[in-house]
Amino acid sequence: MHIDIDQDVCIGAGQCALTAPDVFTQDDDGYSTLLPGAEDSGSPLLREAARACPVSAISVSETVG
Amino acid sequence: MTDTTAHVAFPQSRTCPYHPPAAYDALRTERPLTRITLFDGREAWLVSGHATARALLADPRLSSNRDRPGFPAPTKRFAGVRNRRTALLGVDDPEHRAQRRMVVGDFTLKRAVELRPRIQQIVDERLDAMIAAGPVADLVSAFALPVPSMVICALLGVPYSDHDFFETQSRRLLRGPETTDVLDARDRLETYFGELIDRKQQDPGTGLLDDLVHRQLREGDLDREGLIAMALILLVAGHETTANMISLGTFTLLQHPERLAELRADPRLLPAAVEELMRMLSIADGMLRLAVDDIEVAGTTIRKGEGVVFATSVINRDETVYPEPDTLDWSRPARHHVAFGFGIHQCLGQNLARAELEIALHSLFDRLPTLRLAAPAEEIPFKPGDTIQGLLELPVTW
Repeated sequence: MHIDIDQDVCIGAGQCALTAPDVFTQDDDGYSTLLPGAEDSGSPLLREAARACPVSAISVSETVG
Repeated sequence: MTDTTAHVAFPQSRTCPYHPPAAYDALRTERPLTRITLFDGREAWLVSGHATARALLADPRLSSNRDRPGFPAPTKRFAGVRNRRTALLGVDDPEHRAQRRMVVGDFTLKRAVELRPRIQQIVDERLDAMIAAGPVADLVSAFALPVPSMVICALLGVPYSDHDFFETQSRRLLRGPETTDVLDARDRLETYFGELIDRKQQDPGTGLLDDLVHRQLREGDLDREGLIAMALILLVAGHETTANMISLGTFTLLQHPERLAELRADPRLLPAAVEELMRMLSIADGMLRLAVDDIEVAGTTIRKGEGVVFATSVINRDETVYPEPDTLDWSRPARHHVAFGFGIHQCLGQNLARAELEIALHSLFDRLPTLRLAAPAEEIPFKPGDTIQGLLELPVTW
């Protein structure tokens, strides 16, 4: 699983960290960032978190190969 | 030529404080977009469909800058202060992004978690005082208003001794009733914040305003007027909205004893209950935008220069997303509601608001197991049709 966060778009609403707290957190400036191992977590809430983002800053894609 | 008489007037007063007005039923049958008439006779688009609302709230062709000519006004009160400088909520990117960046670190989930013990302390103190003076009590003035007022004062670094002043002025600012009240309250708050900022420059403290004074004012990212506008919006947005959710949430729970019993039996339901109450009550019912370009949406065209209004109470009851939308249900996934907005302006303080609501509602019903209304439900006074819904008083006993 590949997760991309566009920090230039992120507004720090915290919806991703609220929805999938084992994948996302907020850095000290408030912007979304991935927790270590997040891409391998297999969290069922990952896509839900991407959908919750009010500015569509999160994209999730299957890792190819 | 369109027939304006056929359009629903917006906003209208609710008949039950937690349901949209019956006259909005027409908006529900015409999803996702319909025409409405505003108080001044002007027409605007009303967004009522959930998917369309999310798409449009995230669309940069809709401006939040109320200073633009033609920006829609839902009430006389709003029209009276339309031209005043409004930070965050009233500006577009890139200015909005720069402003939000200055404060977003203070409103993270982590910060909300850190503030929980302080919120609990404030809630406990207000409950102690209310219980000592009662029963009976007016839950709005004894609990629902002071709790968020004291929380935002603590966060901003505003002396507690000034919170009575704040409550009075921010009530006038949001409720009027006259335009002169609104303007006067704004002037007084601006003067107050100006003086407070000057004092903080001499004698720095540890609140969010102190940080802004030292980081942004000194580095020139904000001028004094900009800092005052920022302080004002943080105070207003963080205060009466949360207060309305506490009082209206309490009323709604008392009117739904089975849901309340479920919540009492299992406090782990609290976060889901807060989301569902946010969805159901949709207290910020009428978010406003102005189209600055033509927008093709849902088979129609919103023309440049037209006003667009988002009726959250209708959007959050879109039955294609929320089956049986008029029913309060803790088990439904209510999360994607737009009660906090969507897009770049989605509520900055939403994580703080959730923490306050969870703690306030849990502690209230935990401390007062026999809490009940002290007046017939239909006699509880609530705010007239405006864009922020809430109770004016909530007489309770226990």
